[in-house]
Amino acid sequence: MTAVTTKSRGSFLTWLKTGSGILTAMMAVIVIALIPAIIQGGLKLFLQRVFDSLNNGAVYAVTAIALVIIFKATTLINFAGANIAMFGAYVCWWLNTSYGFPIWIAVFVAMGTMGVLGSLIERTLIRPFDVNDHLPVVLITFGIAAILEAFAGGLWGLEFHKFPSPFPSDPKDRFTIAGAFLRYETVGTLIVMGLMIYGIYLLLNKTKVGLAFRAVSSNVESARLVGVRTGRTLQFGWALASALGVLGACLVAKQTNLEPAFMAKLVIFAFAAATLGGLDSIGGSVIGAFIVAVVQSMLTGYGQEIPGLGWLKSNFALVLAFVLILVVLLFKPAGLYGTRRIERV
Amino acid sequence: MSELMLKLSGVNARYGAIQVLRDVNLEVNKGEVVVVLGGNGAGKTTTLRAICAMVTTTGSIQIAGTEVVGKDTADIVRMQVAHVPQGRGTFPEMSVLDNLMVGAYTRKDKEIQADIDRWMDAFPRLRERRTQTAGSLSGGEQQMLAVARAMMCRPELLLLDEPSLGLAPLIIEDLFRRFGEINRETGITMLVVEQNANLALEIANRGYVLEAGEVVLQGSAEDLRTNEAVREAYLGA
Repeated sequence: MTAVTTKSRGSFLTWLKTGSGILTAMMAVIVIALIPAIIQGGLKLFLQRVFDSLNNGAVYAVTAIALVIIFKATTLINFAGANIAMFGAYVCWWLNTSYGFPIWIAVFVAMGTMGVLGSLIERTLIRPFDVNDHLPVVLITFGIAAILEAFAGGLWGLEFHKFPSPFPSDPKDRFTIAGAFLRYETVGTLIVMGLMIYGIYLLLNKTKVGLAFRAVSSNVESARLVGVRTGRTLQFGWALASALGVLGACLVAKQTNLEPAFMAKLVIFAFAAATLGGLDSIGGSVIGAFIVAVVQSMLTGYGQEIPGLGWLKSNFALVLAFVLILVVLLFKPAGLYGTRRIERV
Repeated sequence: MSELMLKLSGVNARYGAIQVLRDVNLEVNKGEVVVVLGGNGAGKTTTLRAICAMVTTTGSIQIAGTEVVGKDTADIVRMQVAHVPQGRGTFPEMSVLDNLMVGAYTRKDKEIQADIDRWMDAFPRLRERRTQTAGSLSGGEQQMLAVARAMMCRPELLLLDEPSLGLAPLIIEDLFRRFGEINRETGITMLVVEQNANLALEIANRGYVLEAGEVVLQGSAEDLRTNEAVREAYLGA
């Protein structure tokens, strides 16, 4: 930061208020807060907790991107997203265990199936409503979420099912770095996330449908006036977001196991990630996802040693996610890298 | 000059319960520049929105002889109609270059890049700022971008909604000079809604005056300039 040294104190404060400034300050606070824990527990344990958080970070990122895509296009929070993803994971598991589909084929078929369902939901349940009237549409997404949860429970039962891992998952499938274990599963999840983000970048920036999507996100009225069929473009957004959600769910289901509410429990972290990074910023929400995951891992790991807070145990992270959402909405409603504030949901 | 590009007959338009246009009749010949004058709330913007199916409309609107009432905006745009809405209507988060690309959204030919170069030659400021987002441009630059973007679809009919709004006088003059040039060079038909009647009448062939959603006066630009009522109400004389 040469700007800090050459310019006045005022410009440093200005920088501190930008997304990158707040991000740096947050990282600094997190690192400083962790110093006593690292000294006490050792670097190896700390590194292990960082590695443990990466898998969650990637899953939160994928799930957050699905939220961001719908938000960019419609300025709506899609509360059905988590359960569309959950249902897709069931479809994947069902194809794999009952019909012997190879796991990755099953993942892609499930993504396609839920992509089609997502586009049908947009066409039949969302489009008839005025885009500017958010409340009915938000209620509808809640309704869809409830229906999908009921269907999953009815079709496949309320009990937990073991989900096949899409990556080598033997206990020995891991790298050892400075004594800490980095599982192949984690690396695989990160690679898939990276490929997915690159794919979305190409789709949005190098294709005509991507151009239309960005135009609709930026200015719906002008998009109509240049001949973009806005309804179809939003339908594309729903299909894309639904398919991505399924991918996120399939990446995490091995750890959480399948049950009808498994994604609903996780989506609050993705929501916190997207709010922190900026609900209309794909890059921002990926950064947000890893911050949330690291903090969550540290709190569940070291949090019980914080005097007076041990009784919260792993729920500590859930409380923190809500607090984070609240603080961001109060003090930086557009998030670290977003441009649009949430005016109403 | 007698071929009709646009013909509105008995057009009514409403926003919910509020009727904004009443029995509007308006004609624009191919190659003409026609200006619509009127005060705030007279229905000027709604007239343009009715043509592009952006408002609930009854009556008849024909573009080059084809009835368009009841058609979808996207299909009307594909009839080579470009609309520059009030307040520029650019895509603020997208780059200048992408704004121009979106303007050519309905085209499938190979000359899009050549057209981008052409409009960047016409508006060199846009070339300088091609990678900047549209939202970071000045008001005048945004209006240039909005016009260039509209021209990217190679329109035969260009609808301009208060292009002078919020711009400095010198920039407005330059802009209207450009509109005149574009009309002469491309033969494009223009329907311009404007509060700045002086400049608009300078480049226009004919004009209409709207009051409370009705056409109260029409005539050649020359007639309107010398008309007592128009002079008093819109020319500040």
